Amino acid sequence: MSTIAFAGAVHQSGAGESVLETLLRHGADVPYSCRKGTCLTCMLVARSGEVPDFASEALKPTEREQGMFLACQCPADRDLTVALPNRATIYGRARIQSKEALAPEVCRVRIRPANDLYYHAGQFINLQRADGLSRSYSLASVPSLDEHLEIHVRRLSGGAMSSWIFDTLAVGDEVDIQGALGSSYYLPGRPEQDMLLIGTGTGLAPLYGIVRDALASGHRGKIALYHGSRAPNGLYLRDALRKLAAAHDTFTYTPCISGDSAEHDCRVGRADLLALDDHASLDGWRVHLCGYPPMVHAAKKSAYLAGASLADIFTDPFDLKDLRAAPRDSEAARSDIW
Amino acid sequence: MSTTTETIFDRIGGQAAIEAAVDVFYRKVLADPTISHFFDGTDMEEQRAKQKAFLTMVFGGTDDYTGKDLRSAHAPLVAKGLNDAHFDAVAGHLQATLDELGVDAESAGVIMETAAGTRDEVLNR
Repeated sequence: MSTIAFAGAVHQSGAGESVLETLLRHGADVPYSCRKGTCLTCMLVARSGEVPDFASEALKPTEREQGMFLACQCPADRDLTVALPNRATIYGRARIQSKEALAPEVCRVRIRPANDLYYHAGQFINLQRADGLSRSYSLASVPSLDEHLEIHVRRLSGGAMSSWIFDTLAVGDEVDIQGALGSSYYLPGRPEQDMLLIGTGTGLAPLYGIVRDALASGHRGKIALYHGSRAPNGLYLRDALRKLAAAHDTFTYTPCISGDSAEHDCRVGRADLLALDDHASLDGWRVHLCGYPPMVHAAKKSAYLAGASLADIFTDPFDLKDLRAAPRDSEAARSDIW
Repeated sequence: MSTTTETIFDRIGGQAAIEAAVDVFYRKVLADPTISHFFDGTDMEEQRAKQKAFLTMVFGGTDDYTGKDLRSAHAPLVAKGLNDAHFDAVAGHLQATLDELGVDAESAGVIMETAAGTRDEVLNR
């Protein structure tokens, strides 16, 4: 039995628990989100005690040097004294530059960080509201093409953050952002490599960035984008993508509707199934999969079986994002998000 | 045994052979509906690394991958019903992988024998 000291209290850990689980079980007020070591929301600082290297693997060397680690990745099988890191070292201020509807349930938010953010198209940021509520959003913008950061937010029924962004957040408001994070982005090496991009819902956002980044970087291989939605009105940015396809021989755009309603110029069926059907061999291809987690996981397996190397398959399942729990909420509140 | 297996590892091309074999083997295993469900929800990169360690062992490249690893790694699968038929299916995919890569019959025989020797550990007996 070990103890985790936090904010003046000492908590007994349970068998097999992570530091985060111990703290949450005792009702400690710590931010967290994905619980999988990806979103970096649960970063803590170890004031005393040894934290294993793997619990800080995902962090920057400068953060590790300050004793930061991920509470969800650190086993609570050792005595530790932990604290919240100084927020200013993680989050930066940013201002809302514009907000516009792209579809009935999708809006585009442009954000201007107070300090330039170094990022790649396709990475994500964590956006934090003043009360600590935090969500991850993929970046649809491209550093070399766009002046501001761009995210696409889908309104989720009961989603605390998305409702707030739709209904309350206004141009000129300030938010905190952390990032950029994630390793699913365009790499300029191998410009002749063919690319297959599959996204569902706002999984289009990072792909919209990656496509434009690749084209602007002079990518010579084929770039095939499949965007899936249950209903036609979820296929946002259709005009922009058709224009892009008309302007570039190497780029094709295939909007796919998986629900009942058919529409002119859209394929009928699930985007991942249609894409894999159209590409029997993905030997040598680069593949990006973003959005609905079961789609991402199934398509990853299919792409690998079709010959893509695992090192060339980049995934961005949105369970780490839109499905996020509000910090400090119970499991019951988590399921509310849908 | 160790001199024989070392020879086989080198004879079939060492680390490069492992790299060539791992994707062929893992794809066969994943694509087999009689066993693929055991891999549902697993991290594919991690799984591929495990397949690589396993192949390195049966190709005689290293002793790092121990019977204890095999036993504990498969215990949750045994709880889910992993049995001799599944073991045989995987062994079949290993044989097919060796055939596909053109591994000579003698080396393949030794490799298959090494693999067969893991049956009790894998099935936790």
